[in-house]
Amino acid sequence: MNEWQVVWFTVRVAALAALLILPPGLAVAWLLARRNWRGKSLVETLVALLLVIPPVATGLILLKLFGRRGPFGFLDIVFTWRAVVLAMMVMSFPLLVRAARVAFEEVNPRFEQIARTLGASGGRVFFTITLPLAARGITSGVLLAFARALGEFGATILVAGNIPGRTSTISLSIYNYVQLGRDEDAFRLLIIAVIIAFMAVWIAEFSLRRAEAKP
Amino acid sequence: MTLTMERVTLPLAHFTLDVSFVTNGTSTALYGPSGAGKTTILELIAGLRQPSSGEIFLDGEPLVRRPARERRVGYVTQDDTLFPHLSVRNNVLYGATDSLERVAGVLEITHLLDRGIRHLSGGERKRVALARALVSAPKILLLDEPLTGVDTELRKRVLDYLVRVREEFPIPIVYVTHEIEEAMTLCDEVVRIDRGRVV
Repeated sequence: MNEWQVVWFTVRVAALAALLILPPGLAVAWLLARRNWRGKSLVETLVALLLVIPPVATGLILLKLFGRRGPFGFLDIVFTWRAVVLAMMVMSFPLLVRAARVAFEEVNPRFEQIARTLGASGGRVFFTITLPLAARGITSGVLLAFARALGEFGATILVAGNIPGRTSTISLSIYNYVQLGRDEDAFRLLIIAVIIAFMAVWIAEFSLRRAEAKP
Repeated sequence: MTLTMERVTLPLAHFTLDVSFVTNGTSTALYGPSGAGKTTILELIAGLRQPSSGEIFLDGEPLVRRPARERRVGYVTQDDTLFPHLSVRNNVLYGATDSLERVAGVLEITHLLDRGIRHLSGGERKRVALARALVSAPKILLLDEPLTGVDTELRKRVLDYLVRVREEFPIPIVYVTHEIEEAMTLCDEVVRIDRGRVV
């Protein structure tokens, strides 16, 4: 696998991870922003926990859950590209939830109330009022999640390994090159990673600023 | 159409709302000072708040346990609450079950339909909000101080539109105001509210 293949593979799996966490991420964010329910603070803590516990520890948990002898071993995803996506999804999930939660909280509930008086169902209110009004904040969250997934290392190496041509991402390849003393190759990949992540974060910030400028 | 508020109570920050009244007229003003609980009464009728006790009847039909979307109440809030991401047309058509053309004609907003909400003046926003409520074919129209934030010159024009709506659409109106002159101009019944009670 040459460097560009590694870059292309990483971008694809990171994008897939960011898209796959979108439905559950939006659901959790909406529930946290708009509803009071039993267990809410527990879910809040669990989501925040993913941000602070070492990624390697998260990787170990995933390995135990999805390994051959784990409860989800039948899915047979460990040490495949699907495990890379899984690790990226778990590690970037809190970033999406946090951004989407803030975006939902900033939507004036009055718009949703008036939509209901006009006969709209809960689903219609969500898809025609809440979601469009929170869209910029959510876009920002998706891009941040994508950027986080691009740089994922600790959880990925445990659950997917570092198999050239199969599970090797930019971060894993950089690590590999440094181990082999190929610093020049490592720096080349590092620059590419920084450029892609910079663009994602920059667009996310831009999107957020436009959301803040909205009335 | 009869609206009945039967011992409807709800604790608020400084007092407990406790109102009972029956309106039989085509337009009823809820008149009283700011903070008297008038808007809360509209929100209770619209289903945006639940009372602690009591019942609200619209033509004998109980409303309290019915969700807001099934009440067929046209609610125009003080600040219009027009959906900022939709055009005028899509705002007006959001809950549409009645003809847009007739309502747009009466309120003279036909030329505004393809505009964005941000490009409307204060008076135009009021008319669009009114149109949106009317096109949903409500059983009752709730107007929360529609002249708030409107300058004196525009006030008379918006008031004319409201009179026209009352004449053109046979829908009972509950009109919240803190100005007796407005209440007398538009409504044939006045219910005075102070500190959450009918006085």
